[in-house]
Amino acid sequence: MKARLYLLLIAMCCAGNSSAETFVPVSPSEMTRLVRQDCGSCHGMKLTGGLGSPLTADALKGKPAEALTATILYGRPGTTMPAWKSLLTVAQAQWITARLLEGFPEEVR
Amino acid sequence: MRSLAYLFLCCVLVLVLGACTTLSTLRGTGDLGVVIERADGAVTLVNTSAKAPYARVDGLGDLSHASVVFSRDARYAFVFGRDGGLSKIDLLESRLVKRVMQSGNAIGGSISQDGRIVVAQNYVPGGIKAFDAETLELLSEVPAEYAPGKFSKVVGLADTSGNRFAYALFDAGEIWVSDFSDPKHPTTKKFPAGKNPYDGLITPDGRYYLAGLFGEDGIAKLDLWQTEKGSSKILENYGRGEEKLPVFKMPHLRGWSLAAGRAWLPAIGRHEVLVADARTWNEVARVQVKGQPVFVMASPDGRQVWVNFAHPDNGWVQVIDTLSGQVIKTLQPGKAVLHMEFTPRGEAVWISARDDNRVVIYDTRSFEQIGGFDVKAPSGIFFTTRAARIGF
Repeated sequence: MKARLYLLLIAMCCAGNSSAETFVPVSPSEMTRLVRQDCGSCHGMKLTGGLGSPLTADALKGKPAEALTATILYGRPGTTMPAWKSLLTVAQAQWITARLLEGFPEEVR
Repeated sequence: MRSLAYLFLCCVLVLVLGACTTLSTLRGTGDLGVVIERADGAVTLVNTSAKAPYARVDGLGDLSHASVVFSRDARYAFVFGRDGGLSKIDLLESRLVKRVMQSGNAIGGSISQDGRIVVAQNYVPGGIKAFDAETLELLSEVPAEYAPGKFSKVVGLADTSGNRFAYALFDAGEIWVSDFSDPKHPTTKKFPAGKNPYDGLITPDGRYYLAGLFGEDGIAKLDLWQTEKGSSKILENYGRGEEKLPVFKMPHLRGWSLAAGRAWLPAIGRHEVLVADARTWNEVARVQVKGQPVFVMASPDGRQVWVNFAHPDNGWVQVIDTLSGQVIKTLQPGKAVLHMEFTPRGEAVWISARDDNRVVIYDTRSFEQIGGFDVKAPSGIFFTTRAARIGF
C-alpha cells in the first residue's frame, strides 16, 4: 500500500502541473475527499448514482480501466459528465479509476 | 406532625409541577430550522434567534443530496434523502417521528398547497410519489414513463396552486404538471422543455415554472395560470454558441431567484449570472462572477442576491446589489461552501462550509461574521419560513 502511494506521488510529480487552478489535490486523503464529495455531487457520496451513473465496483465490473480514465479526463460529450483534465493529472485519474474498480475507499474524517 | 407531612408533600408536588411546566414551555417554531449533516445521515436542529443549534437527530440514511420541506404548521420537517428515505422530524420534541424508504434514489420533494400531501421526486425509479403528510402513507404515484418502458429522472419538483406539482424530466426534456386535487388519482399534463432540464423553480406567486436546461443554452418557461398556452423558451442562446466550461456541479434553482422585478439565474458553464426582466422575460443584463454559480439566492426583500460557486471556486461567495447589478462584496466563508439560507426577514444569512465543518452567520448589511458553530460536513440549511412559501 505504501509503495503504491509513493509510486502515485512520483507519477504525479512526473505528470507535472496540468492546471492553473486553485485546488489540485495531492494526498490520497484529498483525492478520496474529492471523489466522495465533488464527484459525489452527481454520482452520490456513496457513489450509488444520481444524475450521474453509479460508480460502485459492481456497477463498473468489466469496464476497461483505460476507458474509465479517459471518461474522467475528457468527459462524455452530450452528457453531464465534464472533462476533469483541467483539475486532475493523468496519474490522478488513473489512481481514481483503480480505486473505483476495487471499491472506492471511505473518507477518513 | 401530620400537617407537617402534608406541608412537605405539597412542597414536593409544587416542585414537580414546576419542573413539568418548565419542560413543556410553550414555544413557536418560526425561528427554527434544520442543517443537514451530509456525511453522517443526521440533521442538526437550529434556532435563528439564539444563532445556535439546540438538538440533533440521526439515523436518516444517505443525506448526500438531501432537501427539506416543512409542514404548514412549521412544526415538522420532511427530509428527503439520496437513498430514497423520507423522514418526518418533530422540531419541538427533537425526534424522528416516522421514516419510510420510498424509492431507490431520490433527489428531493415538495408539499401541497393545503399541506396534506408530501411529494417525493425520484431518479430511480424515475417519477414522483405522493404521501399523506400526517402518516407518510403512500397515496399515489406518477411514473415518469416518457416512452414505452423508458423512465426519466425527475428534477425541479415544485408545488403550486390547486395541489398541483410541476417538475421536469431530465431524460425526456419535458415539463409535467400533475394535479393531486384527488390525491389518489392524479392527472398529468405534459409540455416540451428542451434538452436535459436539470432543475426547476416556481416564481413566488406560483405563476411561472422555469426549467433550466443543461443540454442547450436557454430556460424553459410555462405559465401555470394558463397552461393551455403551452411552454416557451427564454434566454435562448445566452452562450452564443461558445464552448462552455466543464460543469463540475449542477446549479440549483428555487423561487428565491426573483428580486427587484428581475429573475437572477445561473448560467451553465459560464462565470455569469443571467438577469431577465420578470415581466417580458427578456435578458436585460449579465453579471460577471467569480466562478460557475450554483445557488443564486435573493434576500427576502430582494435587495441583494448571494451567489456561491461550483468546484474549484467553492470557497467564495459573492453579493450582487440588485439596483446597480454590480457585485458589491466578495467573501470567503470557508472551504466548500454548499448552501446559504436567509433568516426570515433577511438580516442575516447562514452559510455552510462543508470542509471546514462549520456553519457561519453573516450580517447582510455590514457583511461581518456575527456568529457560527461547528457541525460535521454541513450541506443544506432550511428555515421554517419555507413552510409558508409557494414553491418550497
